[in-house]
Amino acid sequence: MTAKHTPAVKEPLVHLSKRSSIHPLHAWAIRLIAVVLGLAVCGLVAFLLIEKIQEKPEKIWDFYNAFIKGSFSTPRKIWKFLKSLSILLGIALALTPAFRMRFWNIGAEGQTLMGVLGAIAVDFYLGGKMPEWLLLILMLLAALFCGALWAVIPALFKAKWNTNETLFTLMMNYIATFLVAFFLEVWVTNGSGALPKMKTGKLPVVGGNDYLLIILVVLFLAIALFIYLNYTKHGYEISVVGESERTARYVGISVRKVIIRTMILSGLLCGLTGYLIGAGLDQSITTNSVGGQGFTAIMVSWLAKFNPLMMIFTAALIQMLSQGAAQISQDLNVSGALPSVITGIILFFIIGCEFFINYELHFRGHGQRGKAEKEGVK
Amino acid sequence: MEKQLALQMKGITKRFGGIVANNQVDLDVYRGEILAILGENGCGKTTLMNMISGIYFPDEGKIFVDGQEVVIRSPKDAFAHGIGMIHQHFKLVDLFTAAENIVLGVKEEGRYDLKDVNARVTEIAEKYGFHIDPKKKIYDMSVSEKQTVEIIKVLYRGADILILDEPTAVLTPQEIVRLFDVLRRMKEDGKAIIIITHKLNEVMEVSDRVAILRRGEHIATVETKDTNEAQLTEMMVGKKVDLNIDRYDPENAVPRLIVKDLNLYDQEGIHVLKDISFTANGGEILGIAGIAGSGQRELLESISGLQPLRSGEITFYNPKKNKPVSFYHKTMKRVRELAAQGAFHDGQGKPVSFDGMSNKAVWKWVQSQGVLFNEDEVVNLRDKNPMQIRALGIHLSFVPEDRLGMGLVGSMGIRDNMMLRSYRKGPAGFLDRKKPQATAEKIIQALEVSAPNTNTPVSRLSGGNVQKVLVGREIAYVPKVLMAAYPVRGLDINSSYTIYNLLNAQKERGVAVIFVGEDLDVLLALCDRIMVINSGTVTGIVDARTATKEQLGLLMTKTEPLRKEGA
Amino acid sequence: MNIWLNFLIDSLAFGATFIYGSTGEILTEKAGHLNLGIPGIMCMGGAGGCLMLNLIGKSGLPPVLIVVLGILSALVFSMLMGLIYSFLTVTLRANQNVTGLALTTFGVGLMKVIMSKLTATVYLVGPKQYYRWPFAGRQDSLQCLGVLFFLAIIIAIAAGWVLFRTKVGLHLRAVGENPATADAVGINVNRYKYLATCVGSGIAGLGGFYYIIDYMASQEAYLSLEAFGWLSIALVIFALWRPPVTIIGSTVFGFLFSCSSFITIIPGVTVTMAMKPVLKMLPYVVTVLVLIISSIRNKRENQPPSSLGLSYFREDR
Repeated sequence: MTAKHTPAVKEPLVHLSKRSSIHPLHAWAIRLIAVVLGLAVCGLVAFLLIEKIQEKPEKIWDFYNAFIKGSFSTPRKIWKFLKSLSILLGIALALTPAFRMRFWNIGAEGQTLMGVLGAIAVDFYLGGKMPEWLLLILMLLAALFCGALWAVIPALFKAKWNTNETLFTLMMNYIATFLVAFFLEVWVTNGSGALPKMKTGKLPVVGGNDYLLIILVVLFLAIALFIYLNYTKHGYEISVVGESERTARYVGISVRKVIIRTMILSGLLCGLTGYLIGAGLDQSITTNSVGGQGFTAIMVSWLAKFNPLMMIFTAALIQMLSQGAAQISQDLNVSGALPSVITGIILFFIIGCEFFINYELHFRGHGQRGKAEKEGVK
Repeated sequence: MEKQLALQMKGITKRFGGIVANNQVDLDVYRGEILAILGENGCGKTTLMNMISGIYFPDEGKIFVDGQEVVIRSPKDAFAHGIGMIHQHFKLVDLFTAAENIVLGVKEEGRYDLKDVNARVTEIAEKYGFHIDPKKKIYDMSVSEKQTVEIIKVLYRGADILILDEPTAVLTPQEIVRLFDVLRRMKEDGKAIIIITHKLNEVMEVSDRVAILRRGEHIATVETKDTNEAQLTEMMVGKKVDLNIDRYDPENAVPRLIVKDLNLYDQEGIHVLKDISFTANGGEILGIAGIAGSGQRELLESISGLQPLRSGEITFYNPKKNKPVSFYHKTMKRVRELAAQGAFHDGQGKPVSFDGMSNKAVWKWVQSQGVLFNEDEVVNLRDKNPMQIRALGIHLSFVPEDRLGMGLVGSMGIRDNMMLRSYRKGPAGFLDRKKPQATAEKIIQALEVSAPNTNTPVSRLSGGNVQKVLVGREIAYVPKVLMAAYPVRGLDINSSYTIYNLLNAQKERGVAVIFVGEDLDVLLALCDRIMVINSGTVTGIVDARTATKEQLGLLMTKTEPLRKEGA
Repeated sequence: MNIWLNFLIDSLAFGATFIYGSTGEILTEKAGHLNLGIPGIMCMGGAGGCLMLNLIGKSGLPPVLIVVLGILSALVFSMLMGLIYSFLTVTLRANQNVTGLALTTFGVGLMKVIMSKLTATVYLVGPKQYYRWPFAGRQDSLQCLGVLFFLAIIIAIAAGWVLFRTKVGLHLRAVGENPATADAVGINVNRYKYLATCVGSGIAGLGGFYYIIDYMASQEAYLSLEAFGWLSIALVIFALWRPPVTIIGSTVFGFLFSCSSFITIIPGVTVTMAMKPVLKMLPYVVTVLVLIISSIRNKRENQPPSSLGLSYFREDR
């Protein structure tokens, strides 16, 4: 290229290209930097929002301390942390098979809630009328059925008519919420709308701790799902369908069948998590029993790149953030909504940093041409 | 008539990495003329035109428009100089009307009024003899109508230098006639028109001058009236190309795949395959020639069970009488079932029964070649999906045109791509990655695939390596029928020859090979017979040893179907 | 006044919240971005507006200025939210669902923090009547319509006109349908995406402001705002991505949501408590039905924008 023919033409300041590969350590370093930056910004926000810190800036250390304190300061907090982590992880795991298939199921909130509803409905109507073990089994079956039902409806329409699954599953969340509200009106006749904690239908205590069973079940689930997705024929089919439906058809995989089967699995796992909430923790239900975890789980699954084992860490990170932020609200006496703000900010950073993992930036005058030519060959 | 220079290229060179796509090309285009750019696939025609239309930027050389030197960095710059290109792949918003697509992105003074636009579109259309309804949505349009929209889009922007990249590849003969009428009218209107093609008859018919490119170099520009097809061919291909592809005479070729009166309609209800009948023999290579988009893809997809047929028969024929039985792909359960149906005999004609024998004993007996087939295998493949075809034990391999979008999963490694065909084998539920790993390693070694390891996503491999992986997998499957669509497209010479050798080896093994190609030289040198299709109809089946390029070219543009099974 | 008319006007007034929300979301979706952050954006719009009114509510500024400043502040806050979303999804090409959900988490939380620090008597009591112009002080049900209500109607119709009758709208829809084509004809895809998202967010934010300051006009209003953000996203589907249709849709939704409280006073109709959730469920059920029917009919014009949810990178071919 002679200078004469390309006078004063500016190359763009930044040129983007997709990275062909990145070392996993490099990628995790980028994510770590993002979290650190996010925490720094959170500190700034705390400084602006929390008067106590404004008055005594050294309190900012309390702010950061609280993140650890919120989850790990007492055994009780650790158990609570592990419990919440398990529920969040359970839902995230449930979403993962669907996400691997590029089926954007954002209806985990509803599917899990339906699981809770199924379990509690059985408990409400049959509790005390049969042996506890049988009740618990029936509750489980009902929870699984309801969760799967809520997931398979959008899947059927997606498979048959390509109905947009993101919007469909989103709507199903609210239908589930109001369905619960409906049953609460039917069940609770005193008008308070609050269903008292039931005495039946409680999962047995294992190892002397209320939460241990739940934690173990979800941990088992994570491992099982990892194996299912990576080492079984079904898991392989899910990956193929997710990557390219045309390839799936080419080798004779029935895309419809895989979509429906996978969504049933997704719904079953949501139902199971709902069962853990209903039978393992609450023995009651409100419209808020899942408490938005169904949405948070989407981020957990996505942040872990849909890897079930990695999800243990991403779920822990998110749970730690929200518990830590709750601790801050308590310690520094600020609005109870602060955790969401802090979680939101850190998520922005983590979401944003994926860009630097997936793309490479080339600044003007640094090996521009070689790159462009390589692309030309493709 | 005084000729006025519209566009001039001087010493244009473009390199992609180490490959020189265009080398010191000079080209002139005058107003009021149609210049054809002729060359075989991969000679750099499109790259050259992309530099005029702002897709690529030349490494060396100058471009002049109306005598002024210009710098063209983007399609926008090209339009500013009145240059508009109609690409092979249309860039239209399906949901919009023709007029909306035409006006998209145009910066105009005044209020945006679709009625005005419609009127102006109609005006342009009438001026040049297009048939178009400006209010028709793109998704309702035929390919030819979409092309019309693309052309008007360029005219609407005031382009007076038009470049058409293989505009006839997707058109029917009638539509081509109409397109040429339009081009002539635009020429009379004083526009400069460049048409990229590799079809001689079209060059002779429509152009005023022809520029011939070969391997990125400008060979000559001649007046069309002073030349003839033979001379052009010679310039285009250079001296007679001796491809040096080995070709063995087919040994005891036997019918393997019999296709009869196949009719297929696509989703839009267009009749894409019309009464297609042919026989592919084991031990020979059947070439399929035709203009791109004549139904080649649909035909192969129909055979492999990916398209729902309207009518017709596809029969797989495997003469097995008195041949030893090999059970390697069948389960013992299936073997016993077949035995119960009397599918095997013991060499003396007595049906065998495995009743009361252990699997091991049966296996031993079979291994000793003491069990022979009773009958030929004749299987109807129609309305069976790929899974069902495989379940019948029929090894049908298919190398599709779209390698990464259909044949392989781009984000998976070679090993996991091997599993696409075989993952159902092995113990229930779990995947067996050992055998695919072995296959992957074997292919990497045998075909000299350069890949870091068997886990590297195949989308990161070069085109040649991707194709080797795909063809390798389909061959590792020990096919009886091997279908390959454009298997050497985009490959360098060495990789191409690797593929030819692979196909030949399969032919020697007695496989019925079906090869869809675009390079007539290759088809003539590699295949035993060549079937030519045009717009979904078989127009001829010829013996590749005696046929000529001209004969094929004629058949490719012929419209009347071949009446009886030929050759 | 006729009970049915009261009912209609209340549904209309309630529905204006969704008109804002879904018109904003339609603009964003037409550019190919499914913004699940709309609930958070609406919340921040509300918080931003109230924050401003909290500052100037008792300042004695002319009512017109108070109204305009409130609206401007709501716009600025919600557009800033839109800017965060577009920076992440357009420039950084992040996953839209995840970004939207994070934005909602953030927005809802921040609104609650802000609102808990404001004084309702300042931001609500005085300014409310200004926003009810010209019907403030009337005794009939018309009194619940005001500036922001009419603005909603105007915006919905204007947005429809811009989208389907202007060049900008044509370009915007092209970006959402087929960004590669739009790019090829010289449309600045990213600029349109930013523009649509930020303007859409601003509009949605007004909905939150309207709901707190005008329709509910109560101190606790902000607590229920998030749910209506989600309902606005549902309404987009119901309206088949046509802003003017949101006026009808939002009235129906408003009707279904509020009729549980109205229906008891209609003579001859008895409603059990259990019916209330069912009525509230109806908008979502209807939306699902619309989604299903439009996908079965498969009329191209009624489908979500083709590139909805996908980020655009020119070099992906």
